[in-house]
Amino acid sequence: MSWLLKSSIGRKLIMSISGLFLVLFLMFHSLMNFVVILSADAYNTIASLLGANWYALIATGILALGFIVHIIYASILTLQNQKARGSNKYAVSQPQKNVSWASKNMFVLGTIILGFLVLHLIHFWSKMQLVELMHGHNYAAAGYHDPTDGAYFIRELFTQPLYSIIYIVWLVALWYHLTHGFWSAMQTLGWSNQIWLPVYYLLGFGA
Amino acid sequence: MDKNININVKVWRQKGPKAKGNFETYALKEISQGSSFLEMMDILNEQLINEGKDPVVFDHDCREGICGMCSLYINGHPHGPDEDITTCQLHMRKFNDGDTITVEPWRSAGFPVIRDLMVDRTAFDKIIQAGGYVSVNTGGVPDGNAIPIPKYAADEAMDAAACIGCGACVATCKNGSAMLFVSAKVSQLALLPQGQVERIKRAKAMVAKMDELGFGNCTNTGACEQECPKNISISHIARLNREFLKAKIRD
Repeated sequence: MSWLLKSSIGRKLIMSISGLFLVLFLMFHSLMNFVVILSADAYNTIASLLGANWYALIATGILALGFIVHIIYASILTLQNQKARGSNKYAVSQPQKNVSWASKNMFVLGTIILGFLVLHLIHFWSKMQLVELMHGHNYAAAGYHDPTDGAYFIRELFTQPLYSIIYIVWLVALWYHLTHGFWSAMQTLGWSNQIWLPVYYLLGFGA
Repeated sequence: MDKNININVKVWRQKGPKAKGNFETYALKEISQGSSFLEMMDILNEQLINEGKDPVVFDHDCREGICGMCSLYINGHPHGPDEDITTCQLHMRKFNDGDTITVEPWRSAGFPVIRDLMVDRTAFDKIIQAGGYVSVNTGGVPDGNAIPIPKYAADEAMDAAACIGCGACVATCKNGSAMLFVSAKVSQLALLPQGQVERIKRAKAMVAKMDELGFGNCTNTGACEQECPKNISISHIARLNREFLKAKIRD
Protein backbone atom coordinates (compact mmCIF):
# COMPACT_ATOMS: atom_id res chain seq x y z
CA MET A 1 0.00 0.00 0.00
CA SER A 2 3.04 2.27 0.09
CA TRP A 3 2.15 3.45 -3.43
CA LEU A 4 -0.57 5.54 -1.80
CA LEU A 5 2.09 7.77 -0.28
CA LYS A 6 4.78 7.38 -2.94
CA SER A 7 2.95 8.05 -6.20
CA SER A 8 1.39 11.32 -7.25
CA ILE A 9 -1.93 9.69 -8.08
CA GLY A 10 -1.87 7.88 -4.71
CA ARG A 11 -1.40 11.15 -2.82
CA LYS A 12 -4.19 12.72 -4.84
CA LEU A 13 -6.40 9.74 -4.04
CA ILE A 14 -5.92 10.53 -0.35
CA MET A 15 -6.96 14.15 -1.02
CA SER A 16 -9.92 12.96 -3.04
CA ILE A 17 -11.24 10.42 -0.51
CA SER A 18 -10.72 12.68 2.52
CA GLY A 19 -12.33 15.56 0.60
CA LEU A 20 -15.38 13.51 -0.35
CA PHE A 21 -15.66 12.34 3.27
CA LEU A 22 -15.70 15.97 4.41
CA VAL A 23 -18.34 16.75 1.77
CA LEU A 24 -20.48 13.96 3.22
CA PHE A 25 -20.08 15.44 6.69
CA LEU A 26 -20.96 18.87 5.35
CA MET A 27 -24.18 17.51 3.87
CA PHE A 28 -25.11 15.85 7.17
CA HIS A 29 -24.18 18.98 9.11
CA SER A 30 -26.16 21.37 6.91
CA LEU A 31 -29.17 19.04 6.87
CA MET A 32 -29.09 18.95 10.66
CA ASN A 33 -28.68 22.70 10.96
CA PHE A 34 -31.55 23.26 8.55
CA VAL A 35 -33.83 21.80 11.22
CA VAL A 36 -33.24 24.82 13.47
CA ILE A 37 -35.06 26.97 10.91
CA LEU A 38 -38.12 24.73 11.25
CA SER A 39 -38.08 24.09 14.97
CA ALA A 40 -35.67 25.03 17.75
CA ASP A 41 -36.93 22.17 19.93
CA ALA A 42 -36.35 19.57 17.26
CA TYR A 43 -32.87 20.96 16.76
CA ASN A 44 -32.07 20.70 20.45
CA THR A 45 -33.30 17.10 20.46
CA ILE A 46 -30.73 16.33 17.73
CA ALA A 47 -28.06 18.24 19.68
CA SER A 48 -28.73 16.19 22.83
CA LEU A 49 -28.78 12.97 20.77
CA LEU A 50 -25.24 13.74 19.65
CA GLY A 51 -23.66 15.69 22.51
CA ALA A 52 -20.86 13.85 24.27
CA ASN A 53 -22.28 10.36 23.70
CA TRP A 54 -19.67 7.74 22.87
CA TYR A 55 -20.76 7.38 19.24
CA ALA A 56 -20.70 11.15 18.73
CA LEU A 57 -17.19 11.30 20.20
CA ILE A 58 -15.93 8.52 17.91
CA ALA A 59 -17.47 10.27 14.91
CA THR A 60 -15.89 13.57 15.97
CA GLY A 61 -12.52 11.83 16.22
CA ILE A 62 -12.83 10.34 12.74
CA LEU A 63 -13.99 13.70 11.41
CA ALA A 64 -11.01 15.48 12.97
CA LEU A 65 -8.74 12.86 11.44
CA GLY A 66 -10.36 13.51 8.05
CA PHE A 67 -9.62 17.22 8.39
CA ILE A 68 -6.04 16.61 9.52
CA VAL A 69 -5.27 14.20 6.65
CA HIS A 70 -6.84 16.57 4.11
CA ILE A 71 -4.86 19.56 5.44
CA ILE A 72 -1.53 17.72 5.78
CA TYR A 73 -1.77 16.35 2.25
CA ALA A 74 -2.85 19.71 0.87
CA SER A 75 0.34 21.18 2.34
CA ILE A 76 2.58 18.36 1.05
CA LEU A 77 1.10 18.53 -2.46
CA THR A 78 1.31 22.32 -2.59
CA LEU A 79 4.98 22.28 -1.56
CA GLN A 80 5.85 19.53 -4.04
CA ASN A 81 4.05 21.35 -6.82
CA GLN A 82 5.85 24.60 -6.12
CA LYS A 83 9.13 22.70 -6.37
CA ALA A 84 8.06 21.06 -9.63
CA ARG A 85 7.10 24.43 -11.03
CA GLY A 86 10.60 25.74 -10.37
CA SER A 87 11.78 29.09 -9.17
CA ASN A 88 11.79 30.73 -12.62
CA LYS A 89 8.51 32.54 -13.10
CA TYR A 90 7.10 33.83 -16.37
CA ALA A 91 7.49 37.55 -16.92
CA VAL A 92 4.18 37.61 -18.77
CA SER A 93 1.50 35.14 -17.81
CA GLN A 94 -2.11 35.35 -18.81
CA PRO A 95 -5.06 33.45 -17.35
CA GLN A 96 -6.70 30.88 -19.57
CA LYS A 97 -10.32 30.97 -20.55
CA ASN A 98 -12.52 28.40 -18.80
CA VAL A 99 -10.04 27.88 -15.99
CA SER A 100 -11.72 28.80 -12.72
CA TRP A 101 -9.99 31.00 -10.19
CA ALA A 102 -10.91 28.51 -7.47
CA SER A 103 -9.06 25.67 -9.19
CA LYS A 104 -5.79 27.59 -8.99
CA ASN A 105 -6.29 28.82 -5.43
CA MET A 106 -7.57 25.78 -3.57
CA PHE A 107 -4.89 26.12 -0.92
CA VAL A 108 -5.72 29.79 -0.32
CA LEU A 109 -9.42 28.98 -0.08
CA GLY A 110 -8.63 26.05 2.20
CA THR A 111 -6.63 28.28 4.51
CA ILE A 112 -9.50 30.79 4.70
CA ILE A 113 -11.92 27.97 5.49
CA LEU A 114 -9.58 26.61 8.18
CA GLY A 115 -9.31 30.04 9.81
CA PHE A 116 -13.07 30.36 10.05
CA LEU A 117 -13.32 26.75 11.17
CA VAL A 118 -11.31 27.60 14.28
CA LEU A 119 -13.71 30.47 14.97
CA HIS A 120 -16.64 28.14 14.38
CA LEU A 121 -15.27 25.61 16.87
CA ILE A 122 -14.87 28.35 19.50
CA HIS A 123 -18.43 29.55 18.87
CA PHE A 124 -20.16 26.20 19.07
CA TRP A 125 -18.06 23.12 19.76
CA SER A 126 -16.29 24.61 22.79
CA LYS A 127 -19.67 25.58 24.28
CA MET A 128 -21.45 22.34 23.49
CA GLN A 129 -19.55 19.07 23.19
CA LEU A 130 -16.51 20.32 25.09
CA VAL A 131 -18.54 21.60 28.06
CA GLU A 132 -20.48 18.37 28.22
CA LEU A 133 -17.24 16.42 28.05
CA MET A 134 -15.58 18.37 30.85
CA HIS A 135 -18.47 18.97 33.22
CA GLY A 136 -21.10 16.38 32.30
CA HIS A 137 -24.45 17.45 33.77
CA ASN A 138 -22.89 19.87 36.24
CA TYR A 139 -22.42 22.55 33.59
CA ALA A 140 -24.55 25.03 35.55
CA ALA A 141 -22.27 24.81 38.60
CA ALA A 142 -19.28 25.53 36.34
CA GLY A 143 -21.11 28.58 35.03
CA TYR A 144 -22.02 27.39 31.53
CA HIS A 145 -25.25 27.48 29.57
CA ASP A 146 -27.02 24.17 28.83
CA PRO A 147 -24.71 22.59 26.20
CA THR A 148 -27.58 20.81 24.45
CA ASP A 149 -29.42 24.09 23.87
CA GLY A 150 -27.88 24.59 20.44
CA ALA A 151 -30.66 26.89 19.27
CA TYR A 152 -29.74 29.35 22.04
CA PHE A 153 -26.10 29.56 20.88
CA ILE A 154 -27.20 30.07 17.29
CA ARG A 155 -29.59 32.87 18.31
CA GLU A 156 -26.89 34.49 20.47
CA LEU A 157 -24.32 34.51 17.66
CA PHE A 158 -26.38 35.52 14.67
CA THR A 159 -28.13 38.42 16.35
CA GLN A 160 -24.73 40.10 15.96
CA PRO A 161 -24.66 41.33 12.33
CA LEU A 162 -20.85 41.13 12.21
CA TYR A 163 -20.86 37.36 12.75
CA SER A 164 -23.66 36.86 10.23
CA ILE A 165 -21.49 38.58 7.62
CA ILE A 166 -18.40 36.60 8.61
CA TYR A 167 -20.31 33.34 8.30
CA ILE A 168 -21.64 34.31 4.87
CA VAL A 169 -18.09 35.09 3.71
CA TRP A 170 -17.04 31.72 5.09
CA LEU A 171 -19.79 29.87 3.22
CA VAL A 172 -18.87 31.64 -0.02
CA ALA A 173 -15.23 30.56 0.36
CA LEU A 174 -16.39 27.03 1.09
CA TRP A 175 -18.68 27.10 -1.93
CA TYR A 176 -15.81 28.17 -4.20
CA HIS A 177 -13.64 25.44 -2.72
CA LEU A 178 -16.32 22.87 -3.53
CA THR A 179 -16.98 24.11 -7.08
CA HIS A 180 -13.54 22.82 -7.89
CA GLY A 181 -13.18 20.20 -5.16
CA PHE A 182 -16.10 17.97 -5.96
CA TRP A 183 -15.54 17.33 -9.65
CA SER A 184 -11.80 17.23 -9.06
CA ALA A 185 -12.23 14.44 -6.52
CA MET A 186 -14.30 12.46 -8.99
CA GLN A 187 -11.71 13.09 -11.70
CA THR A 188 -8.95 11.74 -9.45
CA LEU A 189 -10.97 8.62 -8.74
CA GLY A 190 -11.04 8.18 -12.50
CA TRP A 191 -14.80 8.33 -12.32
CA SER A 192 -15.15 10.93 -14.97
CA ASN A 193 -15.41 11.35 -18.70
CA GLN A 194 -16.87 13.83 -21.13
CA ILE A 195 -20.42 12.78 -20.28
CA TRP A 196 -20.09 12.92 -16.49
CA LEU A 197 -17.81 15.93 -16.19
CA PRO A 198 -20.52 18.59 -16.80
CA VAL A 199 -22.77 16.78 -14.32
CA TYR A 200 -20.07 16.99 -11.63
CA TYR A 201 -19.49 20.68 -12.41
CA LEU A 202 -23.19 21.27 -11.88
CA LEU A 203 -23.32 19.21 -8.67
CA GLY A 204 -20.32 21.13 -7.39
CA PHE A 205 -22.09 24.41 -8.04
CA GLY A 206 -25.34 23.11 -6.60
CA ALA A 207 -23.68 22.10 -3.37
CA MET B 1 -5.17 42.87 -45.80
CA ASP B 2 -1.78 41.96 -44.39
CA LYS B 3 0.55 44.88 -44.08
CA ASN B 4 4.07 45.39 -42.82
CA ILE B 5 4.47 46.18 -39.14
CA ASN B 6 7.21 47.48 -36.87
CA ILE B 7 7.55 45.54 -33.64
CA ASN B 8 9.73 45.10 -30.58
CA VAL B 9 10.62 41.57 -29.57
CA LYS B 10 11.54 41.03 -25.93
CA VAL B 11 13.47 37.75 -25.89
CA TRP B 12 14.86 35.68 -23.02
CA ARG B 13 18.64 35.28 -23.47
CA GLN B 14 20.53 32.74 -21.42
CA LYS B 15 24.07 31.55 -22.23
CA GLY B 16 23.75 28.09 -20.73
CA PRO B 17 21.84 25.90 -18.26
CA LYS B 18 23.66 27.37 -15.25
CA ALA B 19 24.00 30.95 -16.52
CA LYS B 20 21.73 33.70 -15.30
CA GLY B 21 19.36 34.81 -18.02
CA ASN B 22 17.86 38.19 -18.86
CA PHE B 23 15.54 39.80 -21.37
CA GLU B 24 16.86 41.65 -24.43
CA THR B 25 14.60 43.82 -26.54
CA TYR B 26 15.16 43.99 -30.28
CA ALA B 27 13.42 46.30 -32.75
CA LEU B 28 12.27 44.79 -36.03
CA LYS B 29 11.12 46.92 -38.96
CA GLU B 30 8.79 46.11 -41.86
CA ILE B 31 7.79 42.60 -40.82
CA SER B 32 5.09 41.24 -43.12
CA GLN B 33 1.97 40.15 -41.29
CA GLY B 34 1.81 37.31 -43.80
CA SER B 35 4.99 35.79 -42.41
CA SER B 36 4.94 33.16 -39.69
CA PHE B 37 6.17 33.79 -36.17
CA LEU B 38 9.24 31.61 -36.71
CA GLU B 39 10.02 33.44 -39.98
CA MET B 40 10.00 36.61 -37.90
CA MET B 41 12.47 34.91 -35.53
CA ASP B 42 14.62 33.96 -38.56
CA ILE B 43 14.61 37.60 -39.69
CA LEU B 44 15.61 38.62 -36.16
CA ASN B 45 18.49 36.13 -36.18
CA GLU B 46 19.64 37.31 -39.62
CA GLN B 47 19.67 40.85 -38.26
CA LEU B 48 21.64 39.76 -35.17
CA ILE B 49 24.20 37.85 -37.23
CA ASN B 50 24.68 40.88 -39.51
CA GLU B 51 25.32 42.97 -36.39
CA GLY B 52 27.90 40.40 -35.28
CA LYS B 53 25.80 39.19 -32.32
CA ASP B 54 24.81 35.67 -31.27
CA PRO B 55 21.54 34.53 -32.86
CA VAL B 56 18.65 33.51 -30.58
CA VAL B 57 18.53 29.74 -30.05
CA PHE B 58 15.06 28.20 -30.36
CA ASP B 59 13.64 24.75 -31.16
CA HIS B 60 11.86 24.11 -34.45
CA ASP B 61 11.69 21.38 -37.06
CA CYS B 62 8.75 20.53 -39.33
CA ARG B 63 7.14 23.99 -39.21
CA GLU B 64 3.74 22.49 -39.97
CA GLY B 65 2.49 21.71 -36.49
CA ILE B 66 3.05 17.96 -36.28
CA CYS B 67 6.54 17.31 -34.95
CA GLY B 68 6.24 18.90 -31.51
CA MET B 69 9.64 20.58 -31.58
CA CYS B 70 8.65 24.24 -31.45
CA SER B 71 7.83 25.71 -28.10
CA LEU B 72 7.99 29.37 -26.92
CA TYR B 73 5.82 31.13 -24.33
CA ILE B 74 4.58 34.13 -26.30
CA ASN B 75 2.83 37.01 -24.53
CA GLY B 76 1.81 34.78 -21.63
CA HIS B 77 0.59 31.79 -23.61
CA PRO B 78 2.43 28.66 -24.77
CA HIS B 79 2.40 28.63 -28.58
CA GLY B 80 1.16 32.21 -28.57
CA PRO B 81 -2.20 33.94 -28.36
CA ASP B 82 -3.94 31.94 -31.10
CA GLU B 83 -5.83 28.75 -30.22
CA ASP B 84 -5.22 25.12 -31.15
CA ILE B 85 -2.02 25.73 -33.11
CA THR B 86 1.69 25.38 -32.47
CA THR B 87 4.13 28.29 -32.53
CA CYS B 88 5.24 27.44 -36.09
CA GLN B 89 1.61 27.83 -37.28
CA LEU B 90 1.27 31.23 -35.63
CA HIS B 91 1.18 34.17 -38.02
CA MET B 92 2.33 37.73 -37.53
CA ARG B 93 -1.16 38.97 -38.43
CA LYS B 94 -2.06 38.14 -34.81
CA PHE B 95 0.10 41.14 -33.81
CA ASN B 96 -0.23 44.86 -34.46
CA ASP B 97 2.09 47.66 -35.44
CA GLY B 98 4.07 48.88 -32.42
CA ASP B 99 3.51 45.75 -30.29
CA THR B 100 6.14 44.52 -27.89
CA ILE B 101 6.09 40.73 -28.02
CA THR B 102 7.50 38.88 -25.01
CA VAL B 103 9.07 35.53 -25.89
CA GLU B 104 10.08 33.18 -23.07
CA PRO B 105 11.20 29.56 -22.88
CA TRP B 106 9.05 26.87 -21.22
CA ARG B 107 9.64 27.45 -17.52
CA SER B 108 9.26 24.35 -15.37
CA ALA B 109 11.68 22.44 -13.16
CA GLY B 110 11.17 19.38 -15.41
CA PHE B 111 12.33 21.33 -18.48
CA PRO B 112 15.65 23.06 -17.71
CA VAL B 113 16.78 25.75 -20.17
CA ILE B 114 19.64 24.65 -22.45
CA ARG B 115 20.18 28.02 -24.07
CA ASP B 116 18.00 31.06 -24.75
CA LEU B 117 14.56 29.70 -25.70
CA MET B 118 15.60 26.05 -26.04
CA VAL B 119 14.68 23.71 -23.17
CA ASP B 120 15.60 20.12 -22.40
CA ARG B 121 12.51 17.97 -22.96
CA THR B 122 14.22 14.57 -22.78
CA ALA B 123 12.14 13.91 -19.65
CA PHE B 124 9.22 13.18 -22.02
CA ASP B 125 11.34 10.66 -23.93
CA LYS B 126 12.20 8.92 -20.67
CA ILE B 127 8.51 8.67 -19.78
CA ILE B 128 7.76 7.15 -23.20
CA GLN B 129 10.66 4.71 -22.78
CA ALA B 130 9.15 3.61 -19.47
CA GLY B 131 6.07 2.19 -21.16
CA GLY B 132 4.60 4.26 -23.98
CA TYR B 133 4.96 1.53 -26.59
CA VAL B 134 3.53 -1.84 -27.65
CA SER B 135 5.70 -4.94 -28.02
CA VAL B 136 4.22 -7.01 -30.82
CA ASN B 137 5.50 -9.41 -33.38
CA THR B 138 4.83 -7.31 -36.44
CA GLY B 139 4.92 -10.07 -39.06
CA GLY B 140 3.14 -9.33 -42.30
CA VAL B 141 0.70 -6.49 -42.86
CA PRO B 142 -2.62 -7.44 -41.22
CA ASP B 143 -5.80 -7.30 -43.29
CA GLY B 144 -7.83 -4.14 -42.98
CA ASN B 145 -10.57 -4.48 -40.33
CA ALA B 146 -9.15 -7.83 -39.17
CA ILE B 147 -9.17 -6.44 -35.62
CA PRO B 148 -12.59 -5.00 -34.78
CA ILE B 149 -12.39 -1.68 -32.91
CA PRO B 150 -15.54 0.17 -31.81
CA LYS B 151 -16.02 3.61 -33.33
CA TYR B 152 -15.93 5.46 -30.00
CA ALA B 153 -12.67 3.76 -29.01
CA ALA B 154 -11.10 4.53 -32.37
CA ASP B 155 -12.15 8.18 -32.09
CA GLU B 156 -10.92 8.59 -28.51
CA ALA B 157 -7.64 6.84 -29.23
CA MET B 158 -7.10 9.01 -32.30
CA ASP B 159 -7.82 12.17 -30.30
CA ALA B 160 -5.27 11.10 -27.67
CA ALA B 161 -2.74 10.15 -30.33
CA ALA B 162 -2.88 13.73 -31.63
CA CYS B 163 -0.53 14.69 -28.76
CA ILE B 164 2.78 15.77 -30.26
CA GLY B 165 4.63 15.90 -26.93
CA CYS B 166 5.54 19.58 -27.19
CA GLY B 167 5.28 20.17 -23.43
CA ALA B 168 2.89 23.14 -23.53
CA CYS B 169 0.84 21.39 -20.81
CA VAL B 170 3.80 21.28 -18.42
CA ALA B 171 4.81 24.81 -19.36
CA THR B 172 1.43 26.27 -18.51
CA CYS B 173 0.66 24.13 -15.44
CA LYS B 174 0.98 25.94 -12.13
CA ASN B 175 2.03 22.59 -10.64
CA GLY B 176 4.53 21.67 -13.36
CA SER B 177 2.55 18.48 -13.90
CA ALA B 178 2.95 16.26 -16.97
CA MET B 179 -0.36 14.48 -16.48
CA LEU B 180 -1.96 15.61 -19.76
CA PHE B 181 0.97 14.27 -21.78
CA VAL B 182 1.20 10.99 -19.88
CA SER B 183 -2.57 10.50 -19.92
CA ALA B 184 -2.72 10.98 -23.71
CA LYS B 185 0.04 8.43 -24.20
CA VAL B 186 -1.55 5.90 -21.84
CA SER B 187 -5.04 6.55 -23.23
CA GLN B 188 -4.26 5.97 -26.89
CA LEU B 189 -2.92 2.48 -26.15
CA ALA B 190 -5.37 1.53 -23.38
CA LEU B 191 -8.29 2.06 -25.77
CA LEU B 192 -7.00 -0.20 -28.53
CA PRO B 193 -6.70 -4.02 -28.59
CA GLN B 194 -3.02 -3.75 -29.54
CA GLY B 195 -2.27 -1.99 -26.28
CA GLN B 196 -3.89 -4.54 -23.94
CA VAL B 197 -0.87 -6.80 -23.32
CA GLU B 198 1.12 -4.17 -21.42
CA ARG B 199 -1.85 -2.13 -20.25
CA ILE B 200 -1.40 -2.72 -16.50
CA LYS B 201 2.37 -2.45 -16.52
CA ARG B 202 2.25 0.67 -18.68
CA ALA B 203 0.14 2.88 -16.42
CA LYS B 204 2.28 2.06 -13.38
CA ALA B 205 5.62 2.40 -15.15
CA MET B 206 4.84 5.72 -16.87
CA VAL B 207 3.38 7.34 -13.75
CA ALA B 208 6.35 6.12 -11.68
CA LYS B 209 8.79 7.62 -14.20
CA MET B 210 6.83 10.88 -14.32
CA ASP B 211 7.00 11.18 -10.50
CA GLU B 212 10.68 10.20 -10.42
CA LEU B 213 11.55 12.97 -12.90
CA GLY B 214 10.04 15.54 -10.54
CA PHE B 215 6.88 16.59 -12.34
CA GLY B 216 4.18 17.95 -10.04
CA ASN B 217 0.88 16.55 -8.80
CA CYS B 218 -2.09 17.37 -11.04
CA THR B 219 -4.76 19.46 -9.30
CA ASN B 220 -7.19 19.44 -12.22
CA THR B 221 -7.07 23.16 -12.98
CA GLY B 222 -7.58 22.35 -16.66
CA ALA B 223 -5.13 25.02 -17.86
CA CYS B 224 -3.28 22.35 -19.92
CA GLU B 225 -6.41 21.48 -21.88
CA GLN B 226 -6.98 25.16 -22.70
CA GLU B 227 -3.42 25.72 -23.94
CA CYS B 228 -2.87 22.37 -25.69
CA PRO B 229 -2.23 22.98 -29.41
CA LYS B 230 -3.84 19.62 -30.16
CA ASN B 231 -6.91 19.99 -27.93
CA ILE B 232 -6.16 16.94 -25.77
CA SER B 233 -9.03 16.62 -23.27
CA ILE B 234 -8.54 16.22 -19.51
CA SER B 235 -10.95 13.27 -19.68
CA HIS B 236 -7.80 11.35 -20.62
CA ILE B 237 -6.39 12.28 -17.20
CA ALA B 238 -9.42 10.65 -15.59
CA ARG B 239 -8.75 7.57 -17.70
CA LEU B 240 -5.11 7.52 -16.60
CA ASN B 241 -6.17 7.80 -12.94
CA ARG B 242 -8.57 4.93 -13.53
CA GLU B 243 -5.93 2.80 -15.27
CA PHE B 244 -3.40 3.47 -12.53
CA LEU B 245 -5.76 2.80 -9.62
CA LYS B 246 -7.08 -0.39 -11.23
CA ALA B 247 -3.53 -1.61 -11.78
CA LYS B 248 -2.56 -0.88 -8.18
CA ILE B 249 -5.66 -2.50 -6.71
CA ARG B 250 -4.91 -5.64 -8.74
CA ASP B 251 -1.47 -5.92 -7.06
